[in-house]
Amino acid sequence: MKYAYYPGCSLLSTAAGYDYSFREVCKTLGIELCEVPGWICCGSTPAHSTSHLLALALPLKNLQLAQMTGAEQLVVPCAACFSRFKFALSECEKEPQLKKQMLEILEGPFPEGIKVVHPLEIFSQDDLLKKIKSAVKNHVPELKLVCYYGCLLTRPPKVTKFDNCENPVTMDKILSAIGLMPQPWSYKTDCCGASLTLTETEVSLKLIQKLIDQAKLAGAQAIALACTLCQTNLDTRQKDIEKASGNSYQMPILFFTQLLGLAFGIPPKKLGLNKHLTNPEQVIKKFT
Amino acid sequence: MDTANQVWVSSLAREIYERSGENVYLCFQCQKCSSGCPLNFAMDYTPAQILEAVRLDQESLVLGSKTAWLCASCETCTTRCPQELDLAKVMDTIKMVSLEKGTSALPKVSSFYKSFLQDLKFFGRIYELGLMMWLKLKTREFTKDMGLGMEMMKRRNLKLIPHFVRPREVQRIFNKVEELERSIK
Repeated sequence: MKYAYYPGCSLLSTAAGYDYSFREVCKTLGIELCEVPGWICCGSTPAHSTSHLLALALPLKNLQLAQMTGAEQLVVPCAACFSRFKFALSECEKEPQLKKQMLEILEGPFPEGIKVVHPLEIFSQDDLLKKIKSAVKNHVPELKLVCYYGCLLTRPPKVTKFDNCENPVTMDKILSAIGLMPQPWSYKTDCCGASLTLTETEVSLKLIQKLIDQAKLAGAQAIALACTLCQTNLDTRQKDIEKASGNSYQMPILFFTQLLGLAFGIPPKKLGLNKHLTNPEQVIKKFT
Repeated sequence: MDTANQVWVSSLAREIYERSGENVYLCFQCQKCSSGCPLNFAMDYTPAQILEAVRLDQESLVLGSKTAWLCASCETCTTRCPQELDLAKVMDTIKMVSLEKGTSALPKVSSFYKSFLQDLKFFGRIYELGLMMWLKLKTREFTKDMGLGMEMMKRRNLKLIPHFVRPREVQRIFNKVEELERSIK
């Protein structure tokens, strides 16, 4: 199966481990990725907070570029980018006037007929779940963890059409398939504060602390996730919340693709596991 | 919703509708948005109070409130509103109106947006180090998160050298958007 691949800016820097591990896992599963040639930033929150038109034009430009790969589906691992792509398509579908304006801004035809998907949607299909199970090479520990989906994969459901918006299960399904033990918890889709961490840090730290506290209460020894900004916030801010609360944390925060990679026997460095600020060693050494 | 016969008592409500297609008169104050909002504890007015203030045309209250700027666009309110109001879009629109009037209740957040878009316009993709520099120059918080930045650099989580991608095409998109936005107004 061939997919066009849009990594997005964070997968080249702060979330490089997501890019490495996603590519490695796809290689193992025989999924062909074709990177969108010369892709540009999707605009993220700063675009949609300041200009409706810019927020739609940037993802649509990328969709035009994605069509050049000849693939019918575009895979977007970053939850924030994924949401912007889905918004751009659904807004233009709703309002023909917007579509006209977009054609004026973008050169070339409107990117019709290319479907935007998230890796969780691909990997949770029955045939791929079977493939994932048979690709497991390492001993997978009975590790208790929680799956954290964040905001933008599931919401708003009319736009993203992803899983169940209050209780998504795709990641739980995938990680259970390799033998891990995702725990039920009610914070799957709560907000981590996103980019507020950079500007209103104190506010965001409260949200991050709540998430990690709740993961601990659910018995989790690690948090698995699928969003770049959630990973950065939860992984890099544990020292700050330790300072503020006096509690000790050290909760490993891993992309679900890194966990798959460990189960497939891919070396941790190739999965970018050396890039985390909260050491994931205690999880890595359990996969033998 | 058909707004042909709508009497727009509040000019702010009308402006928001014209820009976003969202009609705050639909709100019946059920408070679902405000009880589900993860940022409600830090806001000076709840999202439902902001909608009511828009309906009462309290422009200085709405534009002076931190609420829209604290909105993280988590889309919980939009998802749960029984009247299908896209509240996150209303919050975005309030931010746009504020910026056009040259105000921002949380200058650090608006500085981040501006720095990000400047970075994007220049490089085509986000160059985090450049973005941080721009943001620090604007907010004058030079030492904030320095330790964290060093840790990220050590692990090579931040690129030293930026990419330059499709500079002319990106510039063209920004210019065209500006042109269109001017012509709509």
